[in-house]
Amino acid sequence: MINRELIDASNLVAGVDKAFWVILTISFIFLIGLTITMLYFVYKYNKKRNPKATQIEGSIKLEIIWTTIPLALVLLMFYYGWQGYTPVTGDPPDDAMEVTAVARMWSFQFQYENGKKTDTLYLPKDKPVKINMKSLDVIHGLFIPAFRVKSDMVPGRDDMFRWFIPHLEGKFDLFCTEYCGLSHSYMYTSAVVMPEDKFNEWYKDTTKVVIPAGGKPGQAGLGVMKRIGCIACHSSDGSRLIGPSFKGLYNQPKVVIIGKEEKEITADDEYIKRSIFEPNAEIVKGFNKGLMLSYKDQLTDEEIELIIEYLKTL
Amino acid sequence: MAEPTINLEQSFYEVKNYKSPILNWILSTDHKRIGLLYLYSIMTFFVVGALLGLAMKLELIAPGKTIMEAQTYNAAFTFHGIIMIFLIIIPGLPAVFGNFLLPIMIGAKDVAFPKLNLLSWWIYVLGAIVALLSQVMGDGPPDTGWTFYAPYSFKTTSTVLPALIGAFILGFSSILTGLNFIVTIHRMRAPGMTWLKMPLFPWTLYATAWIQLLATPVVGITLLMVIAEKMFQIGFFDPALGGDPILFQHLFWIYSHPAVYIMILPAMGVISEVIPTFCQKTIFGYKAIIASTLLIAFVGYFVWGHHMYTAGMSDTALWLFSLLTFLVAIPSAIKIFNWIATLYKGSINLEIPLYWALGFLFLFMIGGLTGLVLGSVATDVYVHDTSFVVAHFHFVMFGGTGTGFFAALHYWFPKMYGKSYDNTWAKVGFWGFIIGFMMLYMPMFTLGMQGMPRRYFDYLEQFHGGNILSSFGAIILIASLAIVIINLVTSAKRGKKAPKNPWDGITLEWQVDSPPTLENFETIPVVEKGPYDYKK
Ligand code: HEC
Ligand SMILES: [Cu+2]
Ligand SMILES: [Cu+2]
Repeated sequence: MINRELIDASNLVAGVDKAFWVILTISFIFLIGLTITMLYFVYKYNKKRNPKATQIEGSIKLEIIWTTIPLALVLLMFYYGWQGYTPVTGDPPDDAMEVTAVARMWSFQFQYENGKKTDTLYLPKDKPVKINMKSLDVIHGLFIPAFRVKSDMVPGRDDMFRWFIPHLEGKFDLFCTEYCGLSHSYMYTSAVVMPEDKFNEWYKDTTKVVIPAGGKPGQAGLGVMKRIGCIACHSSDGSRLIGPSFKGLYNQPKVVIIGKEEKEITADDEYIKRSIFEPNAEIVKGFNKGLMLSYKDQLTDEEIELIIEYLKTL
Repeated sequence: MAEPTINLEQSFYEVKNYKSPILNWILSTDHKRIGLLYLYSIMTFFVVGALLGLAMKLELIAPGKTIMEAQTYNAAFTFHGIIMIFLIIIPGLPAVFGNFLLPIMIGAKDVAFPKLNLLSWWIYVLGAIVALLSQVMGDGPPDTGWTFYAPYSFKTTSTVLPALIGAFILGFSSILTGLNFIVTIHRMRAPGMTWLKMPLFPWTLYATAWIQLLATPVVGITLLMVIAEKMFQIGFFDPALGGDPILFQHLFWIYSHPAVYIMILPAMGVISEVIPTFCQKTIFGYKAIIASTLLIAFVGYFVWGHHMYTAGMSDTALWLFSLLTFLVAIPSAIKIFNWIATLYKGSINLEIPLYWALGFLFLFMIGGLTGLVLGSVATDVYVHDTSFVVAHFHFVMFGGTGTGFFAALHYWFPKMYGKSYDNTWAKVGFWGFIIGFMMLYMPMFTLGMQGMPRRYFDYLEQFHGGNILSSFGAIILIASLAIVIINLVTSAKRGKKAPKNPWDGITLEWQVDSPPTLENFETIPVVEKGPYDYKK
């Protein structure tokens, strides 16, 4: 809206910005006009200048005029407001690419038809894309300002989607716009639009995790956890977030609650795996149930290994 | 409680039924004392709510953590919202000025059910206490936002239940006040005061009372459903229990949209009183203003969907709600035109209450016009849930209702206390308010149009500029509010004695003593003229 690009970033931009322009222009004219009139009257008819008021009860003619003109104007605004939205109403074109956006507290994941999963939304330029909106816990929102695209992501509703056509290459902010708790303001990522051939190259490459060579031991595990969003709830330095810190966790005794009973266990590999796949079976004492969701089918065994490698270093 | 010894010629402050001064207040069924009880409760909460707002703005002065943790911030905007909406602007004008002035303005000795009226205040206090308990009980203050959206309000570990129960109780206070006013207006108007000779502030209270009576039960039921779901796991709204979170939003907004008119209509009534008085001129289009009031109250029931354009409604629902929303803008526009037309050829006495009324017009126009952006589908989908929306409703609720409240306070202050306030300080406070207000909220429109989501504890660097300006605006605004309030409080104690009718008003309240006597009128007046009939 503010930095108008030369090319529209998506097929929605032109219509939305036009609606803005129509509504804001008319509004400015009214605001300025009425304010000046008001101040002018206050000056002109001040009791010093106009000691005696003229009693005017009203005027049917004026009432009709100032009902019908605004009525016509708001209908005009309504029209542009609806027109600006119609490019993306109804079903997407048949050749649209499908991506499923999955939100959870406090990260996004994008799942492609060939099984590829990412934390950044990659899109081919000039190709219609249909984004299915899913949420695993609470209501989130997917908002890409540059594209003028926004949709709530409602848990329990699997039929919600938004489609559009990105037209501009580049990297754009993607925010969660529905308040979703502690780290709502950190729940953002980017949408990257690439030329179709480059996108296809990226799309075909389905090697799972790119393990950075070298580096400190366990860094790859940290990379996995950053990508999938564990660090929104778990710290590595002992500080308490929504979940317990990972510091000093590995192979140490731990009190958990199973059902209603307390039990002491050792945080070994098995326990950590269980914590990730069935997080609500054993609850760490002092923390709450139902916040961490299962990562079943989201992490491979190798990735779990990497995570455990990292936990060992803490 | 009328004892034979009561002297009907002294001010109501002098009437003492109990030895203890406190009991004299909290057990009084005098509508004037009840109005003041509400005023003092509301002003106390307002100070808390405003300081919370300031704290949030200071947090946002720079990206990253500034003065508080994210959890504290989330609890702060929730508490700010609950206080401002449920404890202040919903009861607000009707409870304070409605109670104090409605009976006097229609020529009655009290409201129809004085004991019920006192009960409403007690229920209000009870609801407030229960709501405040959520701040100290359990695992920390609620962090859901005042909208309590499902399923977050079920997932959160913070203490939501007392806040919900508090809001539920407060609803009854609202319903009882509404009921009382409806009966009072139907039954107790002075002889000769036909419906079309009734002043406009009572008219807006009348329309408001109907919304209070009809819409509040919806939120009551909704809150009960949430409470039942939280306590007994009955799945209405939480998908984890098989419920539908969108159903919650529908029910919530079916009440909360009409509630916006509960908040704004009485302020419009105040403006319709202030402008004729300071123009010494009959109001332009009396009937048009009444018609538009009733129209707003009615059409306001059918536009709740505009809070939910991105929540997955059908395309048909989208354009229908959009169209209705645009239509509800018309009656508000009509009022603005009529008020400005009233200024035309008046004999304008530019005193403090008129400053506030003109301030209302200016800020409310911005609030209303930006509402058009939110009514239109394409633009709303873009700015929904960004700080644009926050700016918009602060212009309407604070710039509109809040400014209307201060207009009312400065207009009727001499009547309520029999004192006058200091004009210079009042002017300083007013101008500081307008400047601080514009600086605080205008940048939030542009931030929203840049894409900054609302309820954000932290933000990206590109949003920094607007936030700095906004935070400094907040400091100016709070300082000015302090000036306004301190000026009024000290004047109530030590101000010069005010004449009975300092502004040459002609509605009935200006014919009684300042402060009024217990029964307001020695003899009930007989009304022959229209309320703003200045023809001498
Ligand atoms: C929404 C916040 C959230 C996210 C995201 C999250 N967790 Fe958790 N996690 C929790 C909470 C709360 C607990 C404690 C309650 C429990 O035991 O289920 C927990 C417990 C754990 C435990 C047991 C810790 C202990 O001290 O015994 C492990 C291990 C764990 N999480 C690993 C992970 C991993 C790995 C990820 C990312 C794949 C992850 N969590 C993502 C909230 C989260
Ligand atoms: Cu979210
Ligand atoms: Cu969010």
